[in-house]
Amino acid sequence: MTRFSPANLRLAQEIIGLYPVAKSATIPLCHLAQEQDGYLADDSMAQIAELVGCSSAEVLGTASFYEMFKMHSVGKFCLGVCTNISCQLLGGEELLDHAEQTLGIRPGGTTADGLFTLEDVECIAACTEAPAVQVNYRYFHRLTPQDLDQLIEELRSGALDDVVPAHGTLGKVRQDLGEDRIANITPPEDQTEPVWVRRHRELAEAAAAADAGTPSAVGNDS
Amino acid sequence: MIGTVTPASKVAEGVPAVVSSRFGVPDGHTLAGYTSSGSYKGYEALRQVLEMSPAQVSSVVKDATVLGRGGAGFPAGVKWGFCPPGVWPRYIVVNGDESEPGTYKDRLLMERDPHQLIEGCLIAAYAIGAAQVFLYVRGEMPHAQERIAAALNEAYAAGLIGKNILGTDFSVDIVLHWGAGAYIVGEETALIESLEGNRGMPRLKPPFFPAAKGLYMAPTIVNNVETLANLPWLFNHSVEQYRSVGTEASPGTRLIALSGHVNNPGIFEVPQGTTTFRDLFESEIYGNGIRTGHELKMFIPGGASAPWFFPEQIDLPLEGRLIGGQGSMLGSGAVVVMDETTDAVRAALRLVRFFARESCGKCTPCREGTTWEEKILQRILDGHGRPSDIDLLLDVADNISPGPYPVAADPSNDLEAIPFPPRQTTICPLGPSSVAPITSAIRRFRHEFEAKIVQRDLISVSSEPFAEVPAQSSLSHEAAGHV
Repeated sequence: MTRFSPANLRLAQEIIGLYPVAKSATIPLCHLAQEQDGYLADDSMAQIAELVGCSSAEVLGTASFYEMFKMHSVGKFCLGVCTNISCQLLGGEELLDHAEQTLGIRPGGTTADGLFTLEDVECIAACTEAPAVQVNYRYFHRLTPQDLDQLIEELRSGALDDVVPAHGTLGKVRQDLGEDRIANITPPEDQTEPVWVRRHRELAEAAAAADAGTPSAVGNDS
Repeated sequence: MIGTVTPASKVAEGVPAVVSSRFGVPDGHTLAGYTSSGSYKGYEALRQVLEMSPAQVSSVVKDATVLGRGGAGFPAGVKWGFCPPGVWPRYIVVNGDESEPGTYKDRLLMERDPHQLIEGCLIAAYAIGAAQVFLYVRGEMPHAQERIAAALNEAYAAGLIGKNILGTDFSVDIVLHWGAGAYIVGEETALIESLEGNRGMPRLKPPFFPAAKGLYMAPTIVNNVETLANLPWLFNHSVEQYRSVGTEASPGTRLIALSGHVNNPGIFEVPQGTTTFRDLFESEIYGNGIRTGHELKMFIPGGASAPWFFPEQIDLPLEGRLIGGQGSMLGSGAVVVMDETTDAVRAALRLVRFFARESCGKCTPCREGTTWEEKILQRILDGHGRPSDIDLLLDVADNISPGPYPVAADPSNDLEAIPFPPRQTTICPLGPSSVAPITSAIRRFRHEFEAKIVQRDLISVSSEPFAEVPAQSSLSHEAAGHV
């Protein structure tokens, strides 16, 4: 099963290399697939299953648990209006109503031009800046209904393309450990007591032995 | 850009900025900024720590009583000590899955000062003897992910992470991991399940806590972002200086996100234990008063899971044990203020809906119970409530959290506080948390529920022409006014 582009396949293998157990890379690889396609396709889940060594049903099982993975294509912009308590108190629900009217869709729906998907989202950790909105998880704070209309206009015109990448793209900076700097990413069963811990344990044991004056009587507490 | 505001963060005179000193520094997120600005010099603490033994480092953290900032408030140093001796490898998982409604502090710590968190991770890894650190950042926070990835790359290149850190025999990898949107993953065993590539469902504990069997069934310490961010300041100063702020049981500072109906909402670093809610709401440097022209009706002292407080509790200090005795919790430092315009039923419904949506479905009382709680509250708000619905709500709640539920004292009705925590019929506290807004609202504002139900009764028995009965609908937000 192939769905990842060659470049993304290499990236996928690098990501797997960050974990002691390959299956831990399941969620990061689902994100990578969603970044490539805008949503998480069945083919992608099958390929991820091969890469991390489990069944594609297990990948679906994991992916379907999480809000962010979309199993079908969504709008270019996922517009999430927070209506949880801090935003509700300052007009989050009214802002969502307004967005429904402006876009002509209900939460969960996508506009006919394929540009916007509207979502009624839970707390997005911008509580002091209520009411808050995320577009493809980029924050917009303290919005009035007029601000929201302006935001939608600017998104539609492409004026915010630098700020808001297409749906699926999260952090644009990737971690690069550097081949020669990696300390020790190996399966758990291959790990032993870390060097610095052993050194300090042996120092402490030697000191205790010197204190007691009988070197043979110590070091048996493990 | 539209509507983008820099959150305020101020510390009162005489209070050290332990974790927030670089929030306002434009390049505070870079390695150069970290080593040249703020309330201490970046990566100096790491150099000092590397000259100590792991046991000494742990005892400093224990002596300082660095309380966990994620919700439970358990001392980090004590938690570290729960790793069974001689069992390897050990892992550290950093909980950056901040999603408790009202909580907004870890995102700021990750976006504005990622190196502070990384240095905290390194200190913890050295003390515990960790083979690897996983920095689990909430999926919906790409800016935090970018800042942390960039900071990790800088630190790796500078020899601060990875093989032979600063030329010593200390070696550890820190790996950034993104979540994908699930509140329950903030629970530590669910976090571990998620990191293993599974559905984020909590594990049954006891018998095994993560410190004994966690990630890949190896000893694992799960610490909150803010908890670890405290460590660099601590090691640059002293246990005495750390303990000079706050109280004996709750030393140091903590970040509070103050939101809702106040004039100046924001993130504030305040002394634990001594600052009161009144200080937070009224002080000019903090909330600067309840929304002008309005008065306090109730407030949530520690995130959506915390039972509500009312004007009588406003003089309580932010002290974990004390707040627990008074029927609520400090939780994750999320204080939500609600004035008299707030409809208690509508607010309770929104909070309950959150728990219903976020229930992982593993335990029946939570999966079914939160769903029914939401349905019943929704029909009351819609004007379809039945006279028995209030008792029914409390009955459903009792199946998730049996017995008296924690609630604040109500002096005017001679009712005493019922202390925290609630009992639970579930594996994790999510289900029982959904009960908090229900019991808080019904105990204090039962008349608001009854008023909505009585109206519905009038509809069913009225002999008036149907058209003259006022319509009740959940969509009539405008008619209902601001919450």
